[in-house]
Amino acid sequence: MGSGERIEFDNKVVNWIDERLPLFTLMQKEYGVFPTPRNFNYFWNFGAIAMFMLIAMIVTGIFLAMNYTPHVDMAFDSVERIDRDVNWGWMLRDIHMNGASFFFIAVYVHIFRGMYYGSYKKPRELLWILGVVIFLLMMATAFMGYVLPWGQMSYWGATVITNLFSAIPFVGDSIVTLLWGGFAIDNPTLNRFFALHYLMPFVILAVVFLHVWALHICGSNNPSGIEPKGKQDTLPFHPYYTMKDTFGLLVFLVVFCVFVFYAPDYLGHPDNYKEANSLVTPAHIVPEWYFLPFYAILRAITFDIGIPFTDITIISAKLGGVISMFGSIGLLLILPWLDTHPIRSCRYRPKYKFFLLVFLVVFCMLGYVGSQSADAMFFGLPMTLVGILCTTYYYGFFLVIIPWLNNTEKGRDLPKSIHDAVLQAEREKA
Amino acid sequence: MIRSLLLIAVLVLVPVTGFAGGGETVPPPHHHWHFSGVNGTYDKAALQRGYKVYREVCASCHSMKQLSFRNLTDLGYDDSQVKAIAGEYSVVDGPNEEGKMFERPARPSDAFPSPFENDKAAAYANGGALPPDLSLIIKARHHGPDYIHAILTGYKDAPHDAHLLEGQYWNKYMPGHVIAMAPPLSDGQVAYEDGSPDTLDQYASDVVEFLTWAGDPYMETRKRTGMKAIIFLLVFAGVMYGVKRKIWSDVH
Ligand code: HEC
Ligand code: HEM
Repeated sequence: MGSGERIEFDNKVVNWIDERLPLFTLMQKEYGVFPTPRNFNYFWNFGAIAMFMLIAMIVTGIFLAMNYTPHVDMAFDSVERIDRDVNWGWMLRDIHMNGASFFFIAVYVHIFRGMYYGSYKKPRELLWILGVVIFLLMMATAFMGYVLPWGQMSYWGATVITNLFSAIPFVGDSIVTLLWGGFAIDNPTLNRFFALHYLMPFVILAVVFLHVWALHICGSNNPSGIEPKGKQDTLPFHPYYTMKDTFGLLVFLVVFCVFVFYAPDYLGHPDNYKEANSLVTPAHIVPEWYFLPFYAILRAITFDIGIPFTDITIISAKLGGVISMFGSIGLLLILPWLDTHPIRSCRYRPKYKFFLLVFLVVFCMLGYVGSQSADAMFFGLPMTLVGILCTTYYYGFFLVIIPWLNNTEKGRDLPKSIHDAVLQAEREKA
Repeated sequence: MIRSLLLIAVLVLVPVTGFAGGGETVPPPHHHWHFSGVNGTYDKAALQRGYKVYREVCASCHSMKQLSFRNLTDLGYDDSQVKAIAGEYSVVDGPNEEGKMFERPARPSDAFPSPFENDKAAAYANGGALPPDLSLIIKARHHGPDYIHAILTGYKDAPHDAHLLEGQYWNKYMPGHVIAMAPPLSDGQVAYEDGSPDTLDQYASDVVEFLTWAGDPYMETRKRTGMKAIIFLLVFAGVMYGVKRKIWSDVH
């Protein structure tokens, strides 16, 4: 960053600073003239949207923290004080609460965009992995944040999730004790979750910085999945994409505001308006919607895995569930090495596209399964069966279908360049 | 891609919306509330009547810890009226200079006094069932307003195969149908001063309006702010769309 040629700025102050610390040159290079493929569609908007949501979460979160009390006897009431007595506190909380959901919406779309257009492939593997790391950190952050209001779902969600770690052989119980800060979920748990919930967004911010850095090393992918070959394939980031991203962000925010101001509790669970009570278990313990697909995978494994014809259990149902849940995210991490097909974009890979869209349906289906109680039925099928079928497809997609397509899918002819792809698309439209 | 995604949305949403819920709970009948909808506001007269119902009936068992008398100005009372209402209650304060707790008339800044010392006492007095705090009861139930209205009006004679213990009642809308609250309201129980009908249905509607306000006192501000925010964003988005089109016109 330090060396390299520098252009003079007209503004004297700017120039003075830039000579000593080339911040403005950096911005100019990375966000001004940065060559960006000219053919982005609106799916490329969601990185910027996620960035905006991250900042919004940090800002609202800091103000909430000024009024929140991390103590089991006071947390619930302090959140009510924010809603009722802090000036604009209700708005801060509604933005933060729904912001988490919309952050996940943005990131889910962003991830799916990556899968659809093959953005995880060489040379963007590390960029992708950093993304998955962000996703994991987001999940941890959101989970701990949800515990803070100390409602019934906070408490029981925390109970279910922290208990998962006890399935890990040998060290499981010690991990749980460490998470709890004692032998039950209590004040120490709440305190450490608050401290970590405050910390993690800044860790996310740091990883996002690396993520964007990596992006600016290899440049963006694009809907055609072929690399830009020259000037005719790219546009400077500003003003073309700054303006397009702003427009997309505003549309996203309209939808966001509809929830914040007209249905602030729609995405939440009513049980979280009851104060935590360790003696009363809610009828259904369900996590927030964005965890549901993974929750379904966790619960899909309802059987012990052992040596056949003996009573020996190698992997208990609980451990099996935990492994399959974490494994499902682990698969995302290694996706760049599972899918070695030379064509990136689904546009030119009809078979992969078909199975990927089925995957999307299955993933949403898993979300639905996760929201239902274990004894529910689905068109006459037990929900547990639907859960295990969907989980099987999830794993099969990564471990069987993708490798199989590597060898068998021929794919369509690629256009020569992005420029050609754009012209071709325009011809088809006309 | 867009077309495929729409198809998927339909495929996914049909089962999810069509089959959600179920179980042995009876969905409460849907009402149109004064406060529902984009422009819905609280009906102040209904709030005052609902507060009267709460004060004269529910408050003997249910606390509302999140509320203070000062909040009652939202119902349309002025400061002196709120002061007078608070003054009808006494609260324990202290310790005084001698180190003793003492009773004094409540002030607007005091929280609503609770009917029982603590949850144990409340449950003991109600045959073991704890009457929940009502400050957030509307938000703490699915379809809160409709559901609470249905509970208050949903007491029926128990079917023959129902096993009710002492102090239990059969209610159509309670999950599992067994509730440990005696029917709290009946026709003519509370005397309204504004000529509204003294009926169970009216009482239930009014107390629901009051409880909804209690759980969500900023609803009107929220909706008004939302309208401004959304209009601003739409206009801004429209402008940005124009700007974007103009900038991109030499590319397409
Ligand atoms: C005699 C005491 C008493 C009075 C008076 C009373 N309740 Fe209750 N209420 C209870 C008890 C006890 C429960 C707990 C019932 C249970 O858990 O089965 C309860 C439960 C409730 C519930 C929760 C139902 C659920 O879904 O769990 C609501 C809502 C409620 N009461 C509203 C009211 C309202 C509104 C009034 C005034 C019109 C009122 N109650 C008057 C004793 C009372
Ligand atoms: C805090 C959350 C995140 C933020 C703020 C963020 C930010 C961004 C930004 C600003 C871009 C460039 C714009 C774009 O292409 O959309 C980008 C690109 C990218 N992101 Fe993220 N991201 C986040 C999470 C993730 C996650 C969870 C993944 C994957 C698991 C991911 C994978 C990618 C990939 C592969 C690209 C390059 C896309 C391409 O060029 O096609 N990101 N990210």
